[in-house]
Amino acid sequence: MSANALSQHYAEQLRQVRDGLPAELPEWLAGRRRGAAQRFADAGFPDPRQEEWKYTNVRPIATKPFATTATDVPVASDALAGLGFEGLDAYRMVFVDGRFRAEFSDLNDLPEGATVQSLSAMLGGDAARLEPLLGTLAHDRFSSFAAANMAFMSDGAVILLGKGVRLERPIHLLLVGAAGSPATWSHPRILVQAAEGAEVTIIEHYADLEGASGFTNTVTELRAEAGAQVRHYLVQDHADSAYHVGSVFVQQRRDSRVTSHNVNLGGRLVRHDLNIDLTEPGSEIELNGLFLVGGRQHVDTHTRVHHSSPHTTSREQYRGIGQGHGRGVFKGRVLVERGAQKTDAQQHSANLLLSPNAEIDTKPELEIYADDVKCAHGATVGQLDETSLYYLRSRGIDAESARGMLVFAFADEVLERMELAPVRTSIERRLAARLPEAGAMDVIG
Amino acid sequence: MTQENTAMLKINNLQARVENGTPILKGIDLEVRPGEVHAIMGPNGSGKSTLCQVLGGRDGYEVTGGTVEYQGKDLFELEPEERAREGLLLGFQYPVEIPGVKNIYLLKEAYNAQRKHRGEPEADTFQFLKLVREKLQMMQMDESFLHRAVNVGFSGGEKKRNEILQMLVLEPKLALLDETDSGLDIDALKVVSEGVNKLRSPDRAIVLVTHYQRLLSHIEPDFVHVLSAGRIIKSGDKTLAQELERSGYQGIIEEAA
Ligand SMILES: Nc1ncnc2c1ncn2[C@@H]1O[C@H](COP(=O)(O)OP(=O)(O)OP(=O)(O)O)[C@@H](O)[C@H]1O
Ligand SMILES: [Mg+2]
Repeated sequence: MSANALSQHYAEQLRQVRDGLPAELPEWLAGRRRGAAQRFADAGFPDPRQEEWKYTNVRPIATKPFATTATDVPVASDALAGLGFEGLDAYRMVFVDGRFRAEFSDLNDLPEGATVQSLSAMLGGDAARLEPLLGTLAHDRFSSFAAANMAFMSDGAVILLGKGVRLERPIHLLLVGAAGSPATWSHPRILVQAAEGAEVTIIEHYADLEGASGFTNTVTELRAEAGAQVRHYLVQDHADSAYHVGSVFVQQRRDSRVTSHNVNLGGRLVRHDLNIDLTEPGSEIELNGLFLVGGRQHVDTHTRVHHSSPHTTSREQYRGIGQGHGRGVFKGRVLVERGAQKTDAQQHSANLLLSPNAEIDTKPELEIYADDVKCAHGATVGQLDETSLYYLRSRGIDAESARGMLVFAFADEVLERMELAPVRTSIERRLAARLPEAGAMDVIG
Repeated sequence: MTQENTAMLKINNLQARVENGTPILKGIDLEVRPGEVHAIMGPNGSGKSTLCQVLGGRDGYEVTGGTVEYQGKDLFELEPEERAREGLLLGFQYPVEIPGVKNIYLLKEAYNAQRKHRGEPEADTFQFLKLVREKLQMMQMDESFLHRAVNVGFSGGEKKRNEILQMLVLEPKLALLDETDSGLDIDALKVVSEGVNKLRSPDRAIVLVTHYQRLLSHIEPDFVHVLSAGRIIKSGDKTLAQELERSGYQGIIEEAA
């Protein structure tokens, strides 16, 4: 029996889901959801005795009575405006507490061959297209949260790109939590399929409206077929009182290229799992990550890169900054299978502790079963470099500004890999605002 | 007393050691007046860089005796950044690489910190860029250096040029240049020397630490000092450097002993 077994509250919610699945739900989906509900009921919430949850106790989530929402809460559109990325020209899908809100969204001018819809709309229409895509990368057995997402699934985004379809503008998925009493939990599901040679940039962006402190439990399934190029931004900018668990599953075919930017600024308790499967030769993934933990924030990121085919490449760079009583965890696993020769895998995790009470654990894990491979990894946890500080001060820059410059620079080395300038600039600003020592940064050049 | 007679830097019996370590500076006396150029030479490990770092205010060194006055103030009362803003700038023997901080950003922050200190408004970006471009040209540096991270991946010579670029932008009253000539090719040495000569003026002073007479043929010093085992054992004019070039330190060290 798990220490975080389901409370009466969640057991009851699950029972309602199982018994109340709508009759019009396709049989395949009803089956998957029932199975997931059963799995979640059996497993309960993860327990810190499980290796994968060693550093993150989700008890605060398990013991809170989060509720699901069945109606659209009223939202003022200018409340959303401040959450966006200034100057970003993008298709836009807005979700509030996990529910798609067409009135705030803009999907005009999509090119032929691109299907971008809410999951609810898709299930009400062309549901059969989703059968091979939904829940096939994200298995219920992956985690209780993935199972819960399937069981409680109500909405999300579906992005399907036909062969050779290139979206010039990025797709901005803005998922916001609203203030509610009791606080809500939502289970958005994001499905992406980029067919052969397709190209797209997707920004999966989480934020909160004033006063929100809900729990977002998301699952993303992303397939990049042969030669497809997908840039995936995962921006977690929740309120500091919010809870977030997100699992991303990526499957890549021959010569596909995926870039992942994962930035964590907010949240009280946050867990991310990024699972990458490089299944065919020539597939390449670049993983860039940044987390900032302050106050009493806890952010845990696990990445797993699975080189299951020869001639595959992964480049991973994660950085963490701890201040206040913040707690960060990075665990990066790289698995090179027997036969995955000529794998080229590099992983680096660098972390900066700005306060004696902050803590960051970093744990690279390389498992290599092929002999002709190039794999490198490194992990550091340290403080600001005294010599650099002195050098800046020796130029007349005061100690506080010098610290701010160095911390900001440390983070910016990850952010500067972002191709979308409006997103990068906006994140830089939010980051600077969260770094008391950085003050107002006026970044030029 | 006229301005010319007032020492800009007055070092009196300065003694210092690495924190809780063995003494390195064992009683240094030196006076630098506006308009002067001083060269400090001496064997490896004699304490030249330590002297520079103590004057710059680096942590990790402990002053165990003596005084240093800079423009009439007790230098040790000032934080490193205050020393810089008051016009005392140190050119590092080993310039520090700072990943993620663009050269132009450092220059601008430093420039504005100094202006703010003098009660002047911050420079606008356009004016500032114009100024920096001029100085870049003097140093024969490509504009791309502005957008690279400070010293990261710079060759040894490029780092030294970059130090002088900062000097030209910040216009120190007293420049302390620690082996700015080391690692420079013949052409670069000329460029760097010209840069340093641009800093020369009746109201500025320069202290050069160097191992080579070659630099001093480009930048003529008014005084040459020999630092050995933490003490200045001999001072003279530029001919002293020529003498050292011919016969090395041994004779002078023995003579002083
Ligand atoms: N931080 C330190 N820790 C330990 N020893 C130090 C430290 N800094 C300086 N020293 C020692 O003090 C002595 C003087 O060093 P310094 O760098 O000042 O010499 P220098 O005259 O500049 O030599 P060089 O010509 O090689 O640059 C050396 O023996 C050096 O090893
Ligand atoms: Mg030295």
